[in-house]
Amino acid sequence: MNVEINGAPIYFELFGCIPITATLVVSWVIMIILTGLCIWLTRDLKVQNVSKRQAVAEFLVKTAEKFVNTNMGPKFAHYVPFVAALFCLSVFSSLSSLIGCFSPTADLSTTLAWAIVVFIMITATKIRTGGLGGYLLGFTKPIPVLTPFNVISECATPISMAFRHFGNIVSGMVISTLVYAALTLANQALFGLLPGLLGDILGSIPFLTVGVPAFLSLYFDWFSSFMQAFIFCMLTTLYIANAAEE
Amino acid sequence: MERAIVLMGCAIGAGLALIAGIGPGIGEGYAVGKACEAIARQPESKGDVTSTMLLGCAIAETTGIYGFVTGLLLLFVAPGLFLGML
Repeated sequence: MNVEINGAPIYFELFGCIPITATLVVSWVIMIILTGLCIWLTRDLKVQNVSKRQAVAEFLVKTAEKFVNTNMGPKFAHYVPFVAALFCLSVFSSLSSLIGCFSPTADLSTTLAWAIVVFIMITATKIRTGGLGGYLLGFTKPIPVLTPFNVISECATPISMAFRHFGNIVSGMVISTLVYAALTLANQALFGLLPGLLGDILGSIPFLTVGVPAFLSLYFDWFSSFMQAFIFCMLTTLYIANAAEE
Repeated sequence: MERAIVLMGCAIGAGLALIAGIGPGIGEGYAVGKACEAIARQPESKGDVTSTMLLGCAIAETTGIYGFVTGLLLLFVAPGLFLGML
């Protein structure tokens, strides 16, 4: 009985130095699917007699606009595409484990990249509102003694965002793997009680792994994916709105 | 002998790191209980309370996730690293 929990498998190395991993391939496939979906949803839009497809597209755009509006206020309307893209990418990445692909969000590189992009946007917003001097002076508040702690808490933002998303998806993956292994083992033990060849044959067919992991998948794949995408976008909007207020 | 000690340390450390799961469990349970109270008092604010609670839960979960990541590092990365040093 061996349980294997691995990171993203490396398919081949480009030019001998750039490893092409499953994360990279699945991410690109998801990006292509999302782009195709957007093109398909927004084809021949009309003002009157809207088709069902256009109604769905309008609903999605309105939902994204409402989300950003309630969290950030109306003057941040230009962040709607970014937040919506982040949400779609996150949900599709996490759900890709349903069809047996390696989910890109179970790789720290993906989530850390997103978190760094968000961190750069937060810093840019801060510098834009308060100027470079104001941004640097912000670290010495409320008293200059606290400067190192302020720097640490600033650096902790992208790290905690990245680890939160990564940890949730990976913990789901690890627990699903362990449950599958445990059920296979339980199956062998249970049907192994039957005498002779019958027990061996029935024991090698994993009956117990049918059905039971589906309930786990409901939580770890569906709920967790949407939840983490929602949290990531929520934190992005809140941090940027906060940075603009100072 | 050194190998055994290193592996033992990593395994015990991973087990200890996952004790961090207690904190978020208590904290999230408390938050959900308070949210239930709030919804019982004002059923019309259910949507707002639920989304705020979920956000708070996700943030409270961070420390548990740190513990989990530390456990993963101790199980999968640290043994190779420390055995390489010997």
